[in-house]
Amino acid sequence: MRDFLLLLADNTQILGHRLGEWCGHGPELEIDMAMTNLALDLIGQSRNYYQYAADLEGAGRTEDDLAYLRDAREFRNCLLVEQPNGDFAHTVARNFLFDSWHFFFLQALCQSNDDRLAAIAVKSVKEVTYHLRWSSEWVIRLGDGTEESHKRIQDAFDNLWTYRGELLAPAPYETEAANAGYGVDLHAISSRKCSTFSALTQTQSGNE
Amino acid sequence: MANSSEFPLWEVFIRSHGGLNHKHVGSLHAADAQMALEHARDVYTRRMEGVSIWVVPSTAITASDPADTDPFFEPAKDKIYRHPTFYDIPEGLKHM
Repeated sequence: MRDFLLLLADNTQILGHRLGEWCGHGPELEIDMAMTNLALDLIGQSRNYYQYAADLEGAGRTEDDLAYLRDAREFRNCLLVEQPNGDFAHTVARNFLFDSWHFFFLQALCQSNDDRLAAIAVKSVKEVTYHLRWSSEWVIRLGDGTEESHKRIQDAFDNLWTYRGELLAPAPYETEAANAGYGVDLHAISSRKCSTFSALTQTQSGNE
Repeated sequence: MANSSEFPLWEVFIRSHGGLNHKHVGSLHAADAQMALEHARDVYTRRMEGVSIWVVPSTAITASDPADTDPFFEPAKDKIYRHPTFYDIPEGLKHM
């Protein structure tokens, strides 16, 4: 259970901090604020998981100890979320690949047989519904925008595509979590995620 | 990315609670109405300011000319009898 919580906590914390790097550097004021909003949502979610993990440990460690005082090797986040921001298109593509997984993951996690985990998921899925909407909109806009924006978002997906498989490949503790009923069966969400992605890319090519 | 100066300006109106009017809260740049709505959500409703958003292209608004201030607004100044303040409000009437 602790490993599973740390996976969720680390994913959201690292992506939150990556998005936070945009603060003051966004391509426009409105987009800057949008990305810092997303960052704060994710950091808030990670706090819920870290607090739960710290409570489970019962060893007197706090959420901050778990978030900031563990060794790099102990982090369980997927590689996708730690990828550098790159240009705006790169950030959008990275977030879309994560969001389109995260949304379905949280939907499934709402059914967790662990009440506290299910409660965190219910709260988070509302935020992530908007995250997915935000990144989806920007994938379409950049893809259908100018020659330049199309090239950039395409380059970004080419660059990040290799990291998406990890999201659906369960670690042993994730399989254990799914079997015990508090986690998520990644196989069950993979088909839903794929259909979202193909629907979006079809929209994109349909508009061209 | 397009330079923000290329994005048109939108005026943002927020309804703070059900039943109240939408009120003008500011403006922002966006490429189209959809983006304007999402930007408005991100910029103007971060602290639970609202339950509904309107966005209107700034170009759709016709404003009064400051040069017309006198003929437009001055004549109302000495007509205080138009204020409904000369009546006794019955007790128990709360929403006045």
